Amino acid sequence: MYIKVNRALCSGCEACLQSCPYDAIVMKDGKAVITELCQLCRACLSVCPEGAISEVKEASDTKETAQGKGVWVFAEQRDGKIAGVSLELLGAGRGLAQKLGAELSAVLFGGTADDAQELIRWGADKVFHCSDPLLSAFNDEPYAALLSKLIVEQKPEIVLTGATPIGRSFFPRVAAKLRAGLTADCTSLEIDAETKNLLQIRPAFGGNIMATIFCPHARPQMATVRPRVMKRGEHDPSRKGEVVSVSAKGIASRTKVVETVKEVSETAINLQDANIIVAGGRGMGGDKGFQLLYELAEVLGASVAASRAAVDEGWIPYRHQVGQTGKTVGPKLYIACGISGAVQHLVGMQSSDIIIAINKNPEAPIFSVATYGIVGDAHEIIPMLIRKIREAKGL
Amino acid sequence: MRIVVCIKQVPDSAEVRINPETNTLIRDGVPTIINPYDMHALEAGLQIREKTGGKVTVLTMGPPQAETALREAIAMGADEAVLLTDRAFAGSDTWATAFTLSKAIEQIGADVILCGKQAIDGDTAQVGPEIAEFMDIPHISYIRKVVDVASDRLVVQRLMDDGFDLVESTLPVLLTAVKELNVPRLPSLKGKMAAKKAEIRKMSAADIKAGENDLGLKGSPTQVKNIFAPEAKKDRKVLEGTTEEKVDTLVKELVGLKCI
Ligand SMILES: Cc1cc2nc3c(=O)[nH]c(=O)nc-3n(C[C@H](O)[C@H](O)[C@H](O)COP(=O)(O)OP(=O)(O)OC[C@H]3O[C@@H](n4cnc5c(N)ncnc54)[C@H](O)[C@@H]3O)c2cc1C
Ligand SMILES: Nc1ncnc2c1ncn2[C@@H]1O[C@H](COP(=O)(O)O)[C@@H](O)[C@H]1O
Repeated sequence: MYIKVNRALCSGCEACLQSCPYDAIVMKDGKAVITELCQLCRACLSVCPEGAISEVKEASDTKETAQGKGVWVFAEQRDGKIAGVSLELLGAGRGLAQKLGAELSAVLFGGTADDAQELIRWGADKVFHCSDPLLSAFNDEPYAALLSKLIVEQKPEIVLTGATPIGRSFFPRVAAKLRAGLTADCTSLEIDAETKNLLQIRPAFGGNIMATIFCPHARPQMATVRPRVMKRGEHDPSRKGEVVSVSAKGIASRTKVVETVKEVSETAINLQDANIIVAGGRGMGGDKGFQLLYELAEVLGASVAASRAAVDEGWIPYRHQVGQTGKTVGPKLYIACGISGAVQHLVGMQSSDIIIAINKNPEAPIFSVATYGIVGDAHEIIPMLIRKIREAKGL
Repeated sequence: MRIVVCIKQVPDSAEVRINPETNTLIRDGVPTIINPYDMHALEAGLQIREKTGGKVTVLTMGPPQAETALREAIAMGADEAVLLTDRAFAGSDTWATAFTLSKAIEQIGADVILCGKQAIDGDTAQVGPEIAEFMDIPHISYIRKVVDVASDRLVVQRLMDDGFDLVESTLPVLLTAVKELNVPRLPSLKGKMAAKKAEIRKMSAADIKAGENDLGLKGSPTQVKNIFAPEAKKDRKVLEGTTEEKVDTLVKELVGLKCI
C-alpha cells in the first residue's frame, strides 16, 4: 500500500502539510508530493478538501496472515521476584484470550516451581517454565534464543511482556529473529472485532500524540506494555493449570553479568508499587522545598517522586523521576507540587486514580489532569496540609 | 578499533504540539536535532577511539537532508560518515530500519557499534538490539559507564531499575547509551572545518545488496493504523476559598477516599 496525491485534483492549498506528523508532504510545482518519510499513518487522507489524497492497495497487501494460536505473557523475574507488570499482563491477557477464544500461557525463565504455580493463580492456563540456572540472571542472548525457540515450536498468536529495562532490551531480538512486528511501550491493547488483529495503542512524539499500531500479516504479534497501566486479574489460590518444563540445552551467552549492584533507597524501588506518591518539581525551589515533601510523604506513608526539572537541578536522584524518560507510575493518589505538567511528565502519571495539583499558576497544564487543584504557594500549603493531616489522624 | 555510531535526525519533540481542534500536529518552526541519546553514543565512541585508537564512522538512514546530522557529528570528531538513502527505505518500521542498518554495518565493518537508548520521536528503543540480532552479535542496553575495553572484550555498567549490572561481553558488540554515560563535547573549530569539507559516503538499497521485500514498507511487519490526540481527564475540581479552607476541603476529601 502507498499514499498517492491526484495531481489533477490537488489545488495546492497546503492543508495536508500540517496534518503529517512525519513531515512527509512537500509542495512541488504548486502540488503536494508524498516523500519517502511517509509512514502510512493516513492522517492526511481526511484533511484534503479536494479528496485528492488516497491510499493505493498493492498485491502484497493481501499477503496471507501467518497462523498462530494462544496469548502468551513473558513473566519477568529478577532476584526470584516476579515483576508486578507480569501480573498486570496476565489480567489483560485473560481479556484478550477470551475475545479470541484462546488459551493464556505464561513463560517463566528462572524462578521456582511455586513461582510457576503463582502465575497460574493469577490467571495463566499453562506455564512454560525453564529453571536452568543459566537463565536465573538476565542476559539478552539466552533469553532471546530460548523464547524464540519456544515461539517457533508453539506458534502463539500474541506475545506480551512488560516495558521494563529487561523486556525492552531482549524482546526486539526475538522480533528481529522471527520477523515479527513489535510495538514498544503500549498503554492499551484491544482486539479488532472484524480482523481479530491486536490493536496496540502507544504514545508517540513524547506523548503529544497517540498511535494505534497493528501487524496485518506477521505472527506472532508482539508488544511491550507499560507497568501500572493495566489492571491485575483476580488471585485465585485454588486455580489449577499445567506446567510445561522447558530445557535450555544448546543455549549460550556471549555476555556475562559479573556483578549486580543495588544502589537505590527503598522508596525509589517502591515508586511503581506505591499507593501514594508525593511529587515535586522546579516550583519546590530547592532542597528545603523537598524536605517539606519528605515530611508530607512521611505522614501519608507515601513515596517521593519528581519532575525532570527537579532531577536536573540535582535536588533528587534520577531514579525518582516520573515521566517519559523516567518511571510510569499509577498510584491511588499522586500529589504534584510545583510541577507545571508538561506532556512528558503527564504520560508518566496520568493513570493515577486521584491526582492533586498544587501550583501557584492557575494556567498550569497540570490542572487539566488534576482531580483536585489548589492554586497557591506550595511552601505555604504543604506545611498546613501536613498539620491538618496529622490532626485528622489524631497525631 | 572500528567503531560505528548510528545516529538519527529527529524533530525536537519537546516542541511538537497537537492542535486539539483539527487533531493535527503543529510543527511550525520545530527544529530537527540529532537524537539526544545518539549524542551520548557518539561521545562514547570518540572516547573509546581516544583510548584504543581506530576510527569512528557515523551512520544514518534517512532522507537526503539527514546529511546535516552527519556533518554535525563530524564536527564533533567523527572520522567519516555514511548516509543510507533510497526511496526503497521509505516507510520502514524498526524491523526494516534495523535490517537496513545491519547490512550497511556489515559492509563498513565494526568491532563496537553504538546506538542511543531510544529515538525521541518514536521512543521504541528497538533498533539497537534488533541490529545486534541481525548481525548475530551480543548487545548490552542502557550503558551508563564503559569500564574497560580490550581488543577482544569489554566491560560496562548497565543501568537497571534498582541499580546497575556489571556486564562483560566479547567483541564485536552493540551498546545502547543512556544520558548518564557522559557529557557530549562541543564541536571544535577544526571539527567544523572538517565537517564542511567532508565527503559523505552514500549507500542505496543496491549497495547493501538487500531485496525489496526486506526493506521499507514491504519489510515492515507493523503499520500505523491511525493517530489521535490523547484524552484529557474530565472530573477536575479546582478548590475555592482561602488557603486554609482549600486545605480543609482537601483533607476531608482524602479522609472520605480513605487515603488518610
Ligand atoms: C525528550 C524529553 C523527555 C522528557 N522527559 C521528562 C520526564 O520523564 N519527566 C519529566 O517530568 N519531564 C520530562 N521532560 C521535561 C518536561 O518537558 C518539563 O520540562 C518538565 O517536566 C518541567 O518540570 P517542572 O514542572 O518541575 O518545572 P517547570 O515547568 O519549570 O514548572 C514549575 C512549576 O512550579 C510552579 N511554581 C513555582 N513556584 C511555586 C510555588 N512556590 N508554589 C507552587 N507552585 C510553584 C510554576 O507555576 C510552574 O508551573 C522531558 C523533556 C524532553 C524534551
Ligand atoms: N534511521 C536511523 N538511522 C540511524 N540510526 C538509527 C535510525 N533509527 C534508529 N537508529 C538508532 O537506534 C536507536 C534507537 O532507535 P529507536 O528504536 O527508533 O528508538 C537510536 O538512538 C539510533 O542510535
